[in-house]
Amino acid sequence: MSNESRTAPIRVLIAKPGLDGHDRGAKVLARGLRDEGFEVIYTGLRQTPEMIADAAEQEDVDVVGMSILSGAHMALLPRVVELCRGRGMDDVLIAAGGIIPDADVVKLKAAGIAEVFGPGTSIGQIATYFREHARRARD
Amino acid sequence: MTELLAELASGERRPLARLLTRIENGDPSLRPVIPGLFRASKGAHLVGVTGPPGSGKSTLVNALIAGWRRAGKRVGILAVDPSSPYTGGAIMGDRIRMMEHAADRDVFMRSMASRGELGGLAGTTWLAVAALDAAGYDPIVIETVGAGQSEVEIARLAETTVVVEVPEMGDEVQAIKAGLLEVADIIAVNKADRPGADRTARQLRAMLSTAGGRVTRKPPPILLTTATSGEGVVALAEAIEKHRSQAREPAGARERARNQIRRALADLSHSRASGKPGWDEAVEAVAGHELDPLTAAEQLLP
Repeated sequence: MSNESRTAPIRVLIAKPGLDGHDRGAKVLARGLRDEGFEVIYTGLRQTPEMIADAAEQEDVDVVGMSILSGAHMALLPRVVELCRGRGMDDVLIAAGGIIPDADVVKLKAAGIAEVFGPGTSIGQIATYFREHARRARD
Repeated sequence: MTELLAELASGERRPLARLLTRIENGDPSLRPVIPGLFRASKGAHLVGVTGPPGSGKSTLVNALIAGWRRAGKRVGILAVDPSSPYTGGAIMGDRIRMMEHAADRDVFMRSMASRGELGGLAGTTWLAVAALDAAGYDPIVIETVGAGQSEVEIARLAETTVVVEVPEMGDEVQAIKAGLLEVADIIAVNKADRPGADRTARQLRAMLSTAGGRVTRKPPPILLTTATSGEGVVALAEAIEKHRSQAREPAGARERARNQIRRALADLSHSRASGKPGWDEAVEAVAGHELDPLTAAEQLLP
């Protein structure tokens, strides 16, 4: 094993919870984060909260980013937080992006979603936010 | 150490996931546990699956997992994707095809970025495999894109290497080029519902069966599979199982051990030499063509 000092890349899971079939934004984000030096695990469409939490656990990610456009965010996103925390992933940053009304953003943050990125957010902004807030010193 | 092993053996996913991260990151605090971890591996069947991008490797692995699960086996998967040499970033999408097994507690899947050559994943794969093995997963699949030297190297760690091809990939000369096909213990011509599958299999068979000269190994079996429908997957699983005993012969084990030691030597000498005074000067001198790389290496060798 090499003992070279290098900063390990931040690992991000990008998931599409629920039933909406629009993953263009999620794919653009995955690609953009790759170019920002993140290791991105993309899980594809139509994921249940359980599938997302299971993947986050096995992949030991620093960040879970969920893209949702269906309007089912109140039903799905807090459940992912609950499942992740229930499995001991206390320090995993969980964020969301998509079309979410301001009133719901407040509720989601109260439920443990760290940040909600609305339309027009640049990939640079998201990358900066992840770098600043993801757990870095591990173990 | 015993604590770590007990945690792994408990079947809990989180300690294993955490350990894999430390292995990937080359965490120096792991050093003392490496010997025990390696000894604790129980001899899981290590299956490499490799092939060109888009050949259907992940879908095929997904179909194999379903069969192994029916047989009551706990399956570990390491899916390796390349890191960008420019940014260090990576996109790993192999989970997309395997999400149906995500909630199965007896399937553990981890995506790993290759993280460049020296000190990258190729140098630590054996340790990641040992961790999955110690956690009771058997078989363990390593899936890589068969595109470069490091992927061939990862494939060489496997006891049984399945090379996945697709119909009409190229002319017959592609099949006789050195590289990927030479490491194949089994060849799966996937997407066999497409036209030309039989012809591709026939061509591969003809090319590989005429091997002579210094080639001593038997030509690999060539199987037709359609991963999306499951056609041919049972036969592939049988061929993998059949190859297991063959792979366990002492000559094969020794060859894999040689590769592992060779890799560890390269990583070790590099990491020791790159910390030494004189490294920067050597880099300058070689960049300026004043010194050749071989002499530089001899001077730096610990």
